[in-house]
Amino acid sequence: MLSFLTRRLIVALLVATTVMTLAFVLTRLSGDLATSIAGANATQADIEVIRKAYGLDRPVLTQFFDWVGRALTGDLGNSYFFQTRVSTLIAERMPVTLTLGITGLLIALFVSIPLGILAAVREGTGFDRAVQMVALLGQAMPSFWLGLLLMITFGLQLGWLPISGTGSWENFVMPGVVLAFSAIPALTRLTRAGMIQAMGSDYIRTARAKGLSRASILLKHALRNAAIPVVAIAAVQLGFMLGGSIVIEQVFALHGVGFLAWESIAKNDFPVVQAVVLVLAVIYVALTMVADLMNAVLDPRLRV
Amino acid sequence: MSAAVTVNAGPKRGWKSLSTWIGAVIVGAAMICAIAAPLLVPHDPFAQDLAKRLQVPFWMEGTDPAHLLGTDQLGRDYLSRLIWGCRISMLIGVTVTVVSGLIGITIGVLGGFFGGRIDDAVLFAITTRLSIPVVLVALAVVGLLGTSMTLLVLTLGLLLWDRFAVVARSTTMQVRNLDFVAAAWCAGCSRFRVLSREVLPNIASHLVVVATLEIALAILLEATLSFLGLGVPPPLPSWGLMIAEAKDYMFFSPWVIVIPGVALFTLVLGINLLGDGLRDLFGARTDT
Repeated sequence: MLSFLTRRLIVALLVATTVMTLAFVLTRLSGDLATSIAGANATQADIEVIRKAYGLDRPVLTQFFDWVGRALTGDLGNSYFFQTRVSTLIAERMPVTLTLGITGLLIALFVSIPLGILAAVREGTGFDRAVQMVALLGQAMPSFWLGLLLMITFGLQLGWLPISGTGSWENFVMPGVVLAFSAIPALTRLTRAGMIQAMGSDYIRTARAKGLSRASILLKHALRNAAIPVVAIAAVQLGFMLGGSIVIEQVFALHGVGFLAWESIAKNDFPVVQAVVLVLAVIYVALTMVADLMNAVLDPRLRV
Repeated sequence: MSAAVTVNAGPKRGWKSLSTWIGAVIVGAAMICAIAAPLLVPHDPFAQDLAKRLQVPFWMEGTDPAHLLGTDQLGRDYLSRLIWGCRISMLIGVTVTVVSGLIGITIGVLGGFFGGRIDDAVLFAITTRLSIPVVLVALAVVGLLGTSMTLLVLTLGLLLWDRFAVVARSTTMQVRNLDFVAAAWCAGCSRFRVLSREVLPNIASHLVVVATLEIALAILLEATLSFLGLGVPPPLPSWGLMIAEAKDYMFFSPWVIVIPGVALFTLVLGINLLGDGLRDLFGARTDT
């Protein structure tokens, strides 16, 4: 178990380092950053001032190691536009993104687990096919478009929910539903497949032979085993959702981390952009590690 | 158990083949629109007519028979822009998949075929790629380098190879140990020959299924990036861009975002239905 843990940790650190390098390279792609920050009307002297002020006159490798060294101590540099520390900016915006992500995940689990169980129990029937069809429809739904449709229907025509802002819990209902849509197909399929596999296994036959009730077999015996991969994938899905929330934050004007990144891209505020990429990647890596650990704890066969 | 399978197989197959056919028809229609767009469009999709702004589509009152799906906020014919947008979606979907397929299949086959250290490196590359938020990085690249179709295709291609790599790797591992590969080694075939003549043809069907699903994903992502203003540059009528441009008018005329959205949804659904059908047909495994 300990060697399993250490190996996972080393891989996670290596991935984080690689992403750090990539994020740094990414923001240097445009060539001369000082020119793009200064804008089209800047004189040569302005550009030189900016180059000096932001330390862009140093060799690229020095800039890189400087960034990595500071990032390791939690210092992600200063934003060019907001004139504050990037870590403060991200910390301010993170609660919105996390609330959105967790709301989305909870809605997704709330919908997909019952749907998956029912589809598995009625495998091959019309209901099962309907559930699979819903999964396909969900997969094809462009999230930004669904968001706009919900805004028109529930925000404007019915007037039930606010269409933008972060004032109350009601603001997170529509974005949460839209975000959940991206995870529902995968989670439903996984629950269904897991339940079908579990229901065909020997211990379920034993449980049946003992004369246990159908509910007890389904919920106590089959679901517990089918739930292991679902819970693990749910953690990974949360990582994807946090990364993908940039679109939904933009549609619903939620000022989270994704919105911050989108603004910063438009303003050439590259310390923010590279920091957000890094932070989201680290969260994803941490969540996949949690998923792996959960799998290993719950299913000893996986501790290879 | 076997009895239950036979009972279920009949209706399921019928339903499956129907959905595959629906998918095939949608994809076929989209391909015709994409290839013959210049011949099919009733009007010039770029021609503005400010006197005829926001004409309503045919199912509403006061429609102009010359513009079946109405006109947009600049008076451009919506049907023509929709057909032209299909060309852009398909073009981007296919080219992105070619780029990502080349990268992913190469990486995956190498890892699965050689194993050991090479495979460790491949697994590491896949893990790293999955930890990178695709939409954010694609937005950042396009935002820093400027919007163009070529840049968009390359960026998405460089980001979307993971599923190809995962499937190519696992299927290559299975094929590598089969008897006919051993026979080819014994016959003195070179590594390259074994790879290209024995391994690749036997994993191709799995890769075709991945390719269809990846085309759908690339089309969705292109629309998303265009919607956020960092995808296909205007005035090109990408469906995502059409939705973004029409957004200001959606509360008064919802059809302006409904029409391109339905087109996008239908195309992606059609490609996914076709992909699922092919998966069953080939008995391919594409779970990642």
